[in-house]
Amino acid sequence: MLNISKVETFYGNIQALRGVDVKVNDGEIVALIGSNGAGKSTLLMTISGVNKAATGEIVFDKKDISNLPPHDIVNLGISQVPEGRRIFSRLTVEDNLRLGASVNQKGKNFDQDAKEVYDLFPVLKDRLLQRGGTLSGGEQQMLAIGRAMMARPRMLLLDEPSLGIAPKLVNQIFASIKNINKEKGVTVFLVEQNAKKALELADRGYVLVNGNINLEGSGKDLLNNPDVQAAYLEGGKK
Amino acid sequence: MDKNFLQSSLKDSLFTGLIALALFGPIVGLRTVAVNEALVVQPKWLVVALIVAFCAVGRFFINIYTFKKDQRRGEPSSFGKAISNFLDTKGSQIALGAVIFSIIFPFLPFADRYWMDIAIMMMTYIMLGWGLNIVIGLAGLLDLGYVAFYAVGAYSYALFAIHFGWSFWICLPLAGLFAGMFGILLGFPVLRLRGDYLAIVTLAFGEMIRILLLNWYELTKGPDGLTGIPRPSFFGLPFKRYPDEGVETFHTFFGLEYSPMQRIIFLYYLILILALITNFFTIKIRRLPVGRAWEALREDEIACKSLGVNPRNTKLTAFAVGAMFGGFAGSFFATRQAFISPESFTFIESAIIVAIVVLGGMGSQTGVVLSTIFLIGLIEVFRDFESYRMVAFGGAMVLIMVFRPKGILAKRKPTITMVKEK
Repeated sequence: MLNISKVETFYGNIQALRGVDVKVNDGEIVALIGSNGAGKSTLLMTISGVNKAATGEIVFDKKDISNLPPHDIVNLGISQVPEGRRIFSRLTVEDNLRLGASVNQKGKNFDQDAKEVYDLFPVLKDRLLQRGGTLSGGEQQMLAIGRAMMARPRMLLLDEPSLGIAPKLVNQIFASIKNINKEKGVTVFLVEQNAKKALELADRGYVLVNGNINLEGSGKDLLNNPDVQAAYLEGGKK
Repeated sequence: MDKNFLQSSLKDSLFTGLIALALFGPIVGLRTVAVNEALVVQPKWLVVALIVAFCAVGRFFINIYTFKKDQRRGEPSSFGKAISNFLDTKGSQIALGAVIFSIIFPFLPFADRYWMDIAIMMMTYIMLGWGLNIVIGLAGLLDLGYVAFYAVGAYSYALFAIHFGWSFWICLPLAGLFAGMFGILLGFPVLRLRGDYLAIVTLAFGEMIRILLLNWYELTKGPDGLTGIPRPSFFGLPFKRYPDEGVETFHTFFGLEYSPMQRIIFLYYLILILALITNFFTIKIRRLPVGRAWEALREDEIACKSLGVNPRNTKLTAFAVGAMFGGFAGSFFATRQAFISPESFTFIESAIIVAIVVLGGMGSQTGVVLSTIFLIGLIEVFRDFESYRMVAFGGAMVLIMVFRPKGILAKRKPTITMVKEK
């Protein structure tokens, strides 16, 4: 579904991605793990078009999207949940959701799509008129995911959905991601610091080190890989 | 009040006094006077002492009463909270009352020529404030050159009306269109800029337009300005005491005695309607996708991009729509004055409009009205003390920022209010 080959991305003179190859098949959950500064978020931003790839190809459904502007990419069916949630804190929850629907036929199906989001995250329905900034961190993350779902994506890019959230809510959010994938058939590409949770959830995983893909394999294989355990799962301490 | 606090406040105000002394000592204290064809320095230490004392004591009171109380900085004071609450709960009634008051205003007994002129001027600034509020308050783009669009509107109205003889109602939308196009013209080069950088470029844009008007003599008559701009007519009925042969005028048509006030009252209603249209439009558009996108862009540009909001189109529409209302206000200004020159479109005008929006509390429509009444009213009250006007103006801004750091109406209602579903 998504085929990334030899992608290099720069911030000014600094190279963040050094020829990344990643493949995401239809219906999969794929996790990308790696340490701080490895280039995980950059890769997601490059897929969604917010950053531009200097070289390489990003093919989505047989179409090269590496030179498209972000709004066209969202139109094709890739929605991003950016790192740190980035909800519009002074707008209401409903406004946030409506903004997510700005691409999808200009929000014609808002009520129907919103209902699906409320089914996923019932708490949002009770908070519709509250400002986004007054939600708790976990609720904000739910709003960010719900907002991205409003564009009816076929593929969801999630950037660190567990960042700064209470453990109990993390479980709930991961359950929803699984639900989005299994029930709604949305392909998920997930970037996480919480490697254990991500790999447990994912069908396949990639390990990104210094802008290079270092390892790849099924979620289970990576979980049991001693190098991954030592570096990302604190397995060495046991 | 503990001792430490008092001590630090005292120290702080002494320091303020020192700064005031360093500043005002040379500027105010040493005055050169020509005595017998020679320049003699005449010291005025008493005045300096008074100013320094005023600054130091003022700072002391600000310290005690606002900065170091048991509240976080930037939190509105309890008095401010009371005002906000009052306006929140009674907001719609107050707005309705204000509209009714402005409708009956010309017929109130004290509304003579002087008051009507002030009211028209205030309405113009309120309209400009509401127009700029779209750009600054909603889209979050700090535009310091808003007066450029006001000028474009005024000049395009004047040129169309003078050269083609078109009526006000044809020239008005054209002027708005032109100003909107200039808004897009400004928008394109600044698409990538934000914050301070954007402000600098818009400031330069405002100056460019003014200098262009000053130097393009063939079209704009430069510093001489454009004269003889046609007055608006009441749907074809002119306001004239002695009309041309065979032309029916407003007062003969309605069988009234001629009075110059009729035209003033008409102008007043014209600007009132234009301003209300601006306000109505802004309130409505905030609930439409494009208005929501403006506010989202103000909050977070990257999030906007990742949701598929096109930031280029969003910014350009914000500039264009804001500029359009500036253009409408400009054509009203031209037809009211019947004479325009680049003098009327200096940076200070932009600064006043920005001050109105910022002091009102960015994005608050009622705040714009309150701060206009406050600032323009203050300028008027001090009209007789010409030299102190700017001092009062500056002082008022400082006071508002000290007591209401986020603007007069910092709190804004959510865009959407809905009855909760059961």
